[in-house]
Amino acid sequence: MVPMSYLVGLSAVLFTIGVAGVLLRRNTIVIFMSIEIMLNAVNLAFVALGRRLGSMDGQVIVFFVMTVAAAEAAVGLAIIISVFRNRATVNADELNLMRW
Amino acid sequence: MTIGVFIFLAALSVISAIGTVAQRNPVHCLLALVVTLLTIAVLFIGLDAVAVGFLQMIVYAGAIMVLFLFVIWLLNLQAEVRTEPGHLALKAFSGLLFAALVAELFVLLWHAPSAAGARALAPAGYGSIDNLATTLFSDYLISFEITSVLLLAAIVGAIALARRESSPQAAAARTAGAQIGGMPAEAQAAAARTQAVAAEAGASAHSEGA
Repeated sequence: MVPMSYLVGLSAVLFTIGVAGVLLRRNTIVIFMSIEIMLNAVNLAFVALGRRLGSMDGQVIVFFVMTVAAAEAAVGLAIIISVFRNRATVNADELNLMRW
Repeated sequence: MTIGVFIFLAALSVISAIGTVAQRNPVHCLLALVVTLLTIAVLFIGLDAVAVGFLQMIVYAGAIMVLFLFVIWLLNLQAEVRTEPGHLALKAFSGLLFAALVAELFVLLWHAPSAAGARALAPAGYGSIDNLATTLFSDYLISFEITSVLLLAAIVGAIALARRESSPQAAAARTAGAQIGGMPAEAQAAAARTQAVAAEAGASAHSEGA
């Protein structure tokens, strides 16, 4: 059996990589992919801790997280398409439409 | 799941996650991300979450990643060019904050509960579809129904945002066409469509040149 701290540690490492991706990349689609990495890291922690507690709640929450991720990806990619149509770029540095 | 299998899967997922963040071509990023998602799905199955693991493969690595791939191809994205160096103070500050986040996570892990109190064997039927469905449709029934409303809202929102008619060039072309008095409605629509297509072609040529 794998120790719990290894599983939570892997989850933390993956989450950190996702945060780094959001902070460092300029391509909005890659930023979205980094957000997916973060969601998956949290899902892994949910499943591991749910198994430790012998409770199904962790897996049910993973199910809901997947649903929200699907909705977020659909709406976010639609926004990216619509922005690309108007500005012809997906570079986050050049998208300053809402800057005050 | 033995410790060797876990270490193999963990190394694979971390390497492919770093690949997702570090590669410059968006399609390569996406392929690395699929590897991450599949290894996490295998980890789920190893943790007795069989149904969730297969859902992860089908929904995440299948459907959502194909959506990403379609968008990358639709926008015809090329590998990005590195920008010129600058903003050194900001970079140093963000590096500091990043180190703080990593340190925070590892302090948290240091105090994380060890496996000492864990059940070596999950209760019978743990993680089966029966068990998952019973929990989902009894304790979480209202959340489940709200999820369907969320998905409906996401579908409507995605269609409304990505619809082609809402682009300003087409609207401008339509207004210009409407101002020409004697044109029949079909000819006006055709003219508007041609102008919109020309504007789109110009935009894509511009993006390819850039």
